[in-house]
Amino acid sequence: MQIESKKPIIEVKHFTAVMGGEMIIDNISFEVNAGEIFVILGGSGCGKSTLLKHMIGLVEPAAGDIEIEGENIATASEEKKKEIQKRIGVMYQQGALFGSLNLIENVSLPLQEFTTFSPEAIHLIAHMKLQMVGLDKYARHMPSEISGGMKKRAAIARAMALDPKILFLDEPSAGLDPITSAELDHLIKRLSRNFNITFVVVTHELESIYSIADRVIMLDKRVKKIVASGNPAYLRDNSDNPWVRQFFKREINSV
Amino acid sequence: MQTQKEIEFKTFLENESFVLEINGILDINSTPRIWQETNKVLHENKFKKLIIEAKGIHDCEGVGIALLFHFKKIARGLEVPIEIRNLEKKFEDLLNFFTHENEVKALVNFQDTWTTPEKIGYKTILIWEETKFIINFIGECSVLLFNSFRNPRKIKWFEVIKVAEHAGVNALSIIVLIGFLLGLIMSFQSAIPMQRFGAEIFVANLVSMSLFRELGPLMTAVIIAGRTASSFAAELGTMKVSEEIDAITTMGLSPLRFLVIPRLIAGIIISPLLTVFFNLAGLLGSAVVMMSFQYPFITFVNQVLSAVKNVDMLGGLFKATVFGGVISAIGCFHGLNTSTGASSVGESTTKSVVNGIISIAILDGFFSVLFYYLGV
Repeated sequence: MQIESKKPIIEVKHFTAVMGGEMIIDNISFEVNAGEIFVILGGSGCGKSTLLKHMIGLVEPAAGDIEIEGENIATASEEKKKEIQKRIGVMYQQGALFGSLNLIENVSLPLQEFTTFSPEAIHLIAHMKLQMVGLDKYARHMPSEISGGMKKRAAIARAMALDPKILFLDEPSAGLDPITSAELDHLIKRLSRNFNITFVVVTHELESIYSIADRVIMLDKRVKKIVASGNPAYLRDNSDNPWVRQFFKREINSV
Repeated sequence: MQTQKEIEFKTFLENESFVLEINGILDINSTPRIWQETNKVLHENKFKKLIIEAKGIHDCEGVGIALLFHFKKIARGLEVPIEIRNLEKKFEDLLNFFTHENEVKALVNFQDTWTTPEKIGYKTILIWEETKFIINFIGECSVLLFNSFRNPRKIKWFEVIKVAEHAGVNALSIIVLIGFLLGLIMSFQSAIPMQRFGAEIFVANLVSMSLFRELGPLMTAVIIAGRTASSFAAELGTMKVSEEIDAITTMGLSPLRFLVIPRLIAGIIISPLLTVFFNLAGLLGSAVVMMSFQYPFITFVNQVLSAVKNVDMLGGLFKATVFGGVISAIGCFHGLNTSTGASSVGESTTKSVVNGIISIAILDGFFSVLFYYLGV
C-alpha cells in the first residue's frame, strides 16, 4: 500500500437514501482517504449511482451527513454547496459534454467562469488537460465527432479543469472495448499517482476494479447496506459473504 | 477553510542569467495572479538565459505545471535557454510529460481544409440527398396513408386519439382565445371607417367572409405549426438522438407507419375541427362589437347567414384539412431528419415551425388561384 496519509477526505455518516418513496440505501457509513482510488461496487439497481448523486450534492439525503473535506454537503446552503462543488470534478456516465462546444471550449468553460486567467493562459491550461488524457489532437473536434471512449476521456479532462482534489467517475469503463477501458484505467492510476487526486469510482467492471481499486465498498440491494469493504483481491478470496465471492468470481445465482 | 495561500516571486540577475524565484503554493487560486505578473516581468526584461528557481514551490497543481510550461514556451519564443532548478522530482515528471515543445497543432476538422469547389460539391450532394429523402418521405407517407384509409383497422387508433387529444383538445383554449380576439379587433377596426358611410352592418359580411375563407384556416394552421409541429419535431428528434427510431427500424417496424401516420391522421382530423371553433369564436367576437353598435344579435346572425355560402365554409375546411396534414408531415419529417446532439433537436424544432408556416403561406396562395378558376 503506497498510501501514507490516512486522513479521510470524504466521510459519509449514517446515510440513508430514499427515491420515489422507496428506501434504496439504509443507514450506511464509510470514509474515503485522501489520494486513494475508492470504488463503489454492487449489482445493478443497488443504488451506486444514487449514492454518487448524493455525494456530489445533486440530491439531498433522506438522513445522514456527507462531509467533503470536513464540510457537510448534505446540509449546506445553495451557495456553500456551489463552493464545495467547485472543488470536486464529476464525470457523468455519458460524458455530458456540451454538444455545441468543441473539446477545448468544453474544458475551458469552467476556467473562464471561475478563474481570472487570461485567455491565452486558459487555452494553454485546457490544452494541457486534453494532453493529459491524450486528446490534444482532437481539441477542435465537436463531441459528436469523437468516439465513446474519447468522450469519456474528454469528460475527465473537463472534470479536472479546476484542479479538483476529488474526482467522481460514474461508470468510466462501461461500454468501452477492453483496450480503451484498460487505457482509461491506466489514465486514472496515473492521475491519482501524479496529481494526488482522490478518485471515487462507481463501476461493476471486474477487470478495472482489480487494476485500479485501492479499496472498495460493496452495496447489496437486498439488505440495502454495505456488505463488504476492503481490497478487492482479498475480498474475492477471503470474504465470508458468499454473495460477495460470487460477485467477484462472476458466478451465476442458481448453483 | 479557504485561506489565501501566500505566493510570491522575486527576480534577480545571476551571471548574466535572469532568475525568477517562486515561493509558495501554485494552485488554482494563487496562480492567475502570479501568471499575469511574471508574464509582465518576463516581457519587460531582456535576458540571455532564464532560470526558474523552484526550490520554494511547496505544492504545485495542474495550473502550476501549466505556468512552468508557459515559461518554457516563452523562453522558446525568445530563443533563450531555460533551466528549471530544484523542482521536486514528482513535479518535474509531470512537467516532462508535456514534452511536445512544438505544441502539436490540433487536427483541423477535415472539412475546413476543403477548397471552394469541394464545398460547393459537398453542399450540392447534401441538398440532393435531402431532396431524395423528402421525395421518399412524401411518397411513402402517401402510400401508407392511402393504405391506412383502405384498411382502417391497421391504423393505431389509440396513438391517433392520444396525439389528437394533446394537439387538438388541449389547443382549444388558445384557438378560441385568438379567434375571439381576432374577430373582435377586426370588427372594431373596420366598423369605425364604415360607420362614416352608415355601413356598419356590412362588417358582418367582411368578418365572416374573411374568417371562413381565409383567416380561420390560416390562423389555425399557424397555431398548429407553432404548437404541434414543433412538439412532433422535438419528440421524434429526441427519439432519433436516443436511437429509439433505430430500435423501431431494427425490430422490423416502419417508423413512418408506427410514428408518422398516427400523427398525420391526427393532424388531418384536428385541423378542420379547430378551424370550426376558431371561426365560431371569431364570429362571437364580431357579434360583441356589433351589439355594442346597437345592432341586435339576430340581425348580425341573419347578415352572416346571408353573406356566407356553404361552399365558402367547405372550401375553408378543405384548406384546413390539407394544412393539418402538411404541417404534421413537416413536423415529423424534421424530427426524423435530426442528426445527433441536443442542439440538433432544437434546430429541427425551429425548422419545423419555420418551414411549416412558409409552406402554409405558399399553399394558401395556391388555393386562392385554384378556387378562383374553379369559381368557388
